[in-house]
Amino acid sequence: MKTKLLWIQGLACNGNAHSFLNYPHMEQFLEDFTFVHHPIIDASKTLAEIVKTYHETDILLIEGAVAEDFNRAGEEIIAVIERYAPNVKKIVTVGSCATFGGVFKESPYANSSGVLFHEETPVKRFEAFKEKVVSVSGCPVHPDVLVNTLYMLREEIALRIDAFHRPKEFFAYTVHNGCTRNEYFEYKVDNHRFGEKEGCMFYDHGCQAPFTHGSCNKILWNEVNSKTRAGQPCMGCTEPHFPRPNLFVTKKNMGIPQYLPFDVPKRAYLTLSGVTKAFKISRLEKRLFDV
Amino acid sequence: MAKPTKEEKRANIMLQALKLFSKEGFYTTTIPDIAKSLDMSVGNLYNYFKSKDILAKEIIKYISAYLGAELRKINEEEISAKEKIDKIVRIYFKTAQEQPEMIEYFLRVYLSNREVFKDGCEGMICVSDFVTEIMIFFEEAVRNGELRDQDFFSAFGLFMGYLGGMVFLNGEEVLPQKLDYYIADISHNIYKALKSDEN
Repeated sequence: MKTKLLWIQGLACNGNAHSFLNYPHMEQFLEDFTFVHHPIIDASKTLAEIVKTYHETDILLIEGAVAEDFNRAGEEIIAVIERYAPNVKKIVTVGSCATFGGVFKESPYANSSGVLFHEETPVKRFEAFKEKVVSVSGCPVHPDVLVNTLYMLREEIALRIDAFHRPKEFFAYTVHNGCTRNEYFEYKVDNHRFGEKEGCMFYDHGCQAPFTHGSCNKILWNEVNSKTRAGQPCMGCTEPHFPRPNLFVTKKNMGIPQYLPFDVPKRAYLTLSGVTKAFKISRLEKRLFDV
Repeated sequence: MAKPTKEEKRANIMLQALKLFSKEGFYTTTIPDIAKSLDMSVGNLYNYFKSKDILAKEIIKYISAYLGAELRKINEEEISAKEKIDKIVRIYFKTAQEQPEMIEYFLRVYLSNREVFKDGCEGMICVSDFVTEIMIFFEEAVRNGELRDQDFFSAFGLFMGYLGGMVFLNGEEVLPQKLDYYIADISHNIYKALKSDEN
């Protein structure tokens, strides 16, 4: 029996819908799941049909922020969610806008937010359904993380979730975990130029991986890569405050990063980094092939 | 009286060596000189410190830990950066007056004989307890908008260079007044130099 999915969009850029298309085993997925409606994949119902009346659905997927007066096919998105939410088994917020408001919390629509959260603050609007909600944040969502979450829901595996309802299976880790630049992090060598494989981007280039929850460096994108591996800083896209300003610059106070790796006390961090900084590791100061 | 523990004996040796190094100079003071002043055998002293260089490094760590602990108390107080500056200046000058050998050692041995400290005390490793507290003070003061954001060392140099300079002048008996006399003005100057433009 296929699990029935309904994918609806609030204030969205289609980024998550497109990211989902990169799931590498789509044929297998569509043997186990079917879409009642999806914005860019053929499905049994049109948008106009699903917003007017309830159609049987197992899991409601919501992409994009929700806001008052925002309509889809002439229906308020809030009303559409309210119609489906009591009847579905689970609700998945797909991406950071649906989870925390994301980019679209800045939209001119009134009270634009995620389904359960506005950044870190709980939103009361859908509180009655919160036990059903699983958050798969990210900008965009990681297709493997979304699909694996859906399979866990389909198989009725008890999900352990964090304070923002994100499955710990994927969000207990930091993006720093598995980063190929960890040697440079350990010895406090930034010395990075965009696109190069050398250097840690945490110290100067704004990398948020040590304080961002996600599995980007454990479950690679397109099965080959991640931002930090490719030479771009992690932008913290799975977190409530995404997007922070100045994503390519490390916010510092008197040279000390404002945001430190999760749970590391400032005193411990400064002591440790003072020690590592004292050593000049010539291998890490140059490009590896030039050593 | 209870017999001193090994740790207490170690501390005692460091304090005595500290005095001799600061007063007589690092190179002119020998391990036998230190042992003699403590009324212990040279061999026994080597049981505690394997070489003069190791002793020198342990002493700077000891001073850093002592000053770091004092600064930590100030950092943990719920007071403004301006008040903290005043307290840091006070504790620095108080130490310079009550335990002049500590600051003298820092200025005249640690900073002046870098070759002794190059292995094992690279960068700020041996003074990290102290420097870490200064970093925490700066970071928090910038974060809450009291001090202006800038490179750590430009602020650190202004603060510690100033205090070190005053203690040095005091040690050279150049200052017409005691150090306490200058505390208010110096604290004010440091605050004015480091404060954020909005304050």
